[in-house]
Amino acid sequence: MAQKLIPELLVEDNKFCPGCGHGIVNRVLAEVLEELGLADKAVGSLAVGCGCLMMDTFGTDWVQAPHGRAAAVAVGVKRVRPECCVFTYQGDGDSLAIGFSETMYAAIRNENITAIIVNNGIFGMTGGQMAPTSLPGQRTTTSPKGRDAALTGQPLNIINQMKNLPVGYLARGSVDTAKEINKVKKYIRTGIETQMKGGGYSMIEILSPCPTNWKMTLQNSLDHIRSTVRATYPLGEFVKDGERTDA
Amino acid sequence: MSYRLMKGNDALAEAAVRAGCRFFGGYPITPQSEILEYLSSRLPEVGGTFLQAESELSGINMVYGAAAAGFRAMTSSSGPGFSLLQEGISYIASAELPAVIVDVQRYGSGLGDIFQAQSDYHQATRGGGHGDYRMLVFAPSSVQESVDLMGLAFDKAEQYRNPCLILSDASIAQMMEPVKLPEMQEVDPDKPWAAKGKNGGDFKRITSTMYYIEDFDGYIKAKFDSMAAAEQRWENVEVEDADIVLVAYGISSRICKEAVAIARSRGIRLGLLRPITLWPFPTNAFKEVNSEVKAYLTVELSALPKLEDDVKIACEMKTPVKHFLGGANIPESSAIVEEAVSILNSREEVSWLKN
Repeated sequence: MAQKLIPELLVEDNKFCPGCGHGIVNRVLAEVLEELGLADKAVGSLAVGCGCLMMDTFGTDWVQAPHGRAAAVAVGVKRVRPECCVFTYQGDGDSLAIGFSETMYAAIRNENITAIIVNNGIFGMTGGQMAPTSLPGQRTTTSPKGRDAALTGQPLNIINQMKNLPVGYLARGSVDTAKEINKVKKYIRTGIETQMKGGGYSMIEILSPCPTNWKMTLQNSLDHIRSTVRATYPLGEFVKDGERTDA
Repeated sequence: MSYRLMKGNDALAEAAVRAGCRFFGGYPITPQSEILEYLSSRLPEVGGTFLQAESELSGINMVYGAAAAGFRAMTSSSGPGFSLLQEGISYIASAELPAVIVDVQRYGSGLGDIFQAQSDYHQATRGGGHGDYRMLVFAPSSVQESVDLMGLAFDKAEQYRNPCLILSDASIAQMMEPVKLPEMQEVDPDKPWAAKGKNGGDFKRITSTMYYIEDFDGYIKAKFDSMAAAEQRWENVEVEDADIVLVAYGISSRICKEAVAIARSRGIRLGLLRPITLWPFPTNAFKEVNSEVKAYLTVELSALPKLEDDVKIACEMKTPVKHFLGGANIPESSAIVEEAVSILNSREEVSWLKN
């Protein structure tokens, strides 16, 4: 009988809310690092947000950056220790609002790091405020009548911002079905393989539910991703081995 | 070893390389840009990394990453850019990592201007960023001292696992003087605490150490208390019999040295107390001063007095403390002597309350 083993990198149960997608992404990332034999040479850079709860439960070396600055910290690590597998793990608020500049410039310089951006369209840790990725009409604690795109801009599609840059790998996955979770794992593996062969910047954006702040059941959250969120944020690989795949 | 004629900024940069610095991330701003320019070609020669960041915010966080990985790392800035570094400096201090930061002071708040000043004193010595930390602050008064203190700053940063600041200014940074450079130092980056992959051991978490230390309040206070006790550095000039003691650091202390010589030639007992560390402030230096001293006079290139605060604390307000300021206008040594004479001749009681 096949036995599904929990990756050794998951040293403790995670601390995320029930139904949160971070736990799945943590699991998949741990599996990839172990399968590639990189658990011992991985250094992660976290900043501030729900993602940083994994620092005590996910057993790689970590450096915790100031809010938004994870990419700059990761660049500092990777430039002096190119043999390490260096990745960032951030939410959309952290990486794309306050950290937009650091995130973009890591891609602009085609830094040899892997960025994992978990996009739940909201600031989770601070209690559900509007993020750059929030959908038009989305009710949040700072857009109680729904996001007004005329006042606050359209949702930020980071892959559209990056795909014309000379980067190594860009993909967007989702954790809303088992099938898509398997693809997320493949995307993360490809991103990290790209880094370890010196193929330049890799970024995997992952659509993820936040039932707590979306004020939905988990099932409704997953349905919402499939029916609505994916329309703004299409899934797939956009750049692979430095070439556009959607052109 | 022979002397080389070097510009202050270039000498600081070369001294950093010789102290084992192998990473620099920073952003151009006058009057410190020569440090970037120099290191952009020099660091690759020794296998190091120079990275021109998209902002000071990014630069200090690159330094944070390289320092976390165990390497000697540095950034430099000035004025507005130094303000932007404060967030990252607070994080580096909070994570208890070594790093060296250079602030080549320029004049004014906001954009200000590019000429010399000593206006960042409080920002440098009080922490600058949020929370409970101090940086060791070294204040060179010459190009040679810039070189000497750079090596010391890297050693002390590692000894205490705390960021250190070199507080220079536009005049020292832009002047050329002969310097003797130290030998090249090789430093092992494989520290036990360095983030480099766990390699079979326990995973390391580089973040605010408060999460993992019991009685953190007591721990961190004891750390900075021990630095304050052990790391005071100063130079006293003719203070044992002085009636008036000037207090000045960096470039203004050089004007003051000339003022002391002028005064002494006229039979006026003037002395100089020159702090070399601004944090910790060298309170011990005051024990060498004439117990009958009539007043202290700080000389600061700043529109508002700042150093004066620390002198008042150091002498416990038992001695009058006055200030002589020159922000946009550098004071002449003769003017400083006249100020000292007028204090001596003043009939009214000289009091800190009347400043």
